[in-house]
Amino acid sequence: MLQIPCPWCGNRDEVEFRYGGQAQVAYPEDPVALSDAEWAEYLFVRANPRGRHAERWVHSDGCRRWFDVVRDTATNEFAS
Amino acid sequence: MRSRPSRSIAPKAERLPDPPARLWRSADPKRTYDVVIVGAGGHGLATAYYLAAEHGIRDIAVLERGWLAGGNMARNTTIIRSNYLLDESAALYGHALDLWERWPGELDYDFLLSQRGVLNLVHTEQEVRDARRRAFANGLNGIDAEFVGPDEIAELCPILDVSPDRRYPVLGATWQARAGIAKHDHVAWALATRASEFGVDLIEQCEVTGFVTDGDRVVGVRTSRGDIAAGRVGLAAAGRTSELTETLGLRIPLQSHPLQALVSELLEQVHPCVVMSNHVHVYCSQAHKGELVLGAGIDSYNGYGQRGSVQVIERQMAAALELFPIFARAHVIRTWAGVVDVTPDASPIIGPTPFEGLFVNCGWGTGGFKATPAVGRVFAHTVATGSPHPLNEPYGLERFRTGALIDEHGAAAVAH
Ligand SMILES: Cc1cc2nc3c(=O)[nH]c(=O)nc-3n(C[C@H](O)[C@H](O)[C@H](O)COP(=O)(O)OP(=O)(O)OC[C@H]3O[C@@H](n4cnc5c(N)ncnc54)[C@H](O)[C@@H]3O)c2cc1C
Ligand SMILES: [Zn+2]
Repeated sequence: MLQIPCPWCGNRDEVEFRYGGQAQVAYPEDPVALSDAEWAEYLFVRANPRGRHAERWVHSDGCRRWFDVVRDTATNEFAS
Repeated sequence: MRSRPSRSIAPKAERLPDPPARLWRSADPKRTYDVVIVGAGGHGLATAYYLAAEHGIRDIAVLERGWLAGGNMARNTTIIRSNYLLDESAALYGHALDLWERWPGELDYDFLLSQRGVLNLVHTEQEVRDARRRAFANGLNGIDAEFVGPDEIAELCPILDVSPDRRYPVLGATWQARAGIAKHDHVAWALATRASEFGVDLIEQCEVTGFVTDGDRVVGVRTSRGDIAAGRVGLAAAGRTSELTETLGLRIPLQSHPLQALVSELLEQVHPCVVMSNHVHVYCSQAHKGELVLGAGIDSYNGYGQRGSVQVIERQMAAALELFPIFARAHVIRTWAGVVDVTPDASPIIGPTPFEGLFVNCGWGTGGFKATPAVGRVFAHTVATGSPHPLNEPYGLERFRTGALIDEHGAAAVAH
């Protein structure tokens, strides 16, 4: 089980969290201006690296706040 | 009084037979091939087999970073079924099941295909409606699935607890009698043997790290054993596909997740079919040797470590005990994980790419073993002719742009 560093509560067991996928995917500033390909990219394509991955978690069974962390998807180590 | 039998080495006739000679040739890479397939899982091997058998292409290399079929092919729980909701899926998985039935004869290899039937259980009124709908849709597509109630379920699988006072009572199930399991390793060995006989080079310990390009054309692959030129390249690299396409700046909607399974100690044969439940989230069958084989869903986060989280296993075992109280004293012997690539619509991607000469087969998520024969056939067609087979036409990359998704989320019963 992962030990996830909540910035407010410290390291807690993974079961207290929900995963939110890649961090900092901004909603398009002018959605109407996007081509179909750009819109598809925004909706469906996310980073999928083997290695460092910036991602969102919510501490749903704790302080219930969202936060970003960097985790290595090959080793499961969180960057400090 | 008779003397004790001597403990000397048994006479020759009683010794175990020698292990069979190698079933396939292990090859060193040549500098150039007509077709290079990346990944020697079931999909890569089946593609090579069909390229040779149906398209007369023999100058083929299948490149594998580890050992032959040591990826998800070696890690899956071997469930084969075709009771998918949507027409495109029914056509593809239905074709696969037809081929599974033909393969033991065609490949001349007994890989213990066991059509023992699959029950997909439902536990809520909404699930009952969904299951009935799926059974009707299957019927319209010529797939042998029917809705069954608790009494019929108790007859099909007497060790299931179908009493109405359980926390998640079994309200019904879909039953597909032609579904079942097969010995996954033997399937891979059968394919490797036949492909090798056709002259296909099966090259292990050869990791593809990128591509050789000429403008928008892929003309070869970069590997840990040097560059290899190729007329065409087919990717069958499962969870690691997006890593490879990223090197071309080609972003594919894939997320790689750990998927775990476990086996119990050997038990006498008590479990006659395959049972899956989406709601309590477990699936279970009994292997030919006697282990219970259990799995659940993917871990939520992205992961390449071939290792999942223990709470997933705890939950799936709790769910299994809810359904099968008889398993309460069974011991877990082994757990493991594979890396599976999931798409936004829970359907695979099979087809050409914006790069001439490069073709992808990926995004099978948790359920690609059952599709192996059909994948091999349609992907070989796609690679050989440059355009998709009618069965994989709807599965192209462009569907994410056109919106013609094949949304099997939840609809296809439990994942796998
Ligand atoms: C625990 C578990 C249970 C499953 N249960 C079922 C089930 O019951 N039924 C079902 O239908 N499906 C199931 N699946 C899914 C199924 O195993 C996969 O969908 C299927 O194996 C995919 O086929 P493949 O041949 O593409 O994959 P793989 O067998 O993973 O083949 C891909 C190969 O490519 C190699 N490779 C990757 N990158 C490179 C590279 N850069 N260079 C060279 N080689 C590379 C890998 O080492 C691997 O051998 C399960 C999967 C798991 C993990
Ligand atoms: Zn917190």
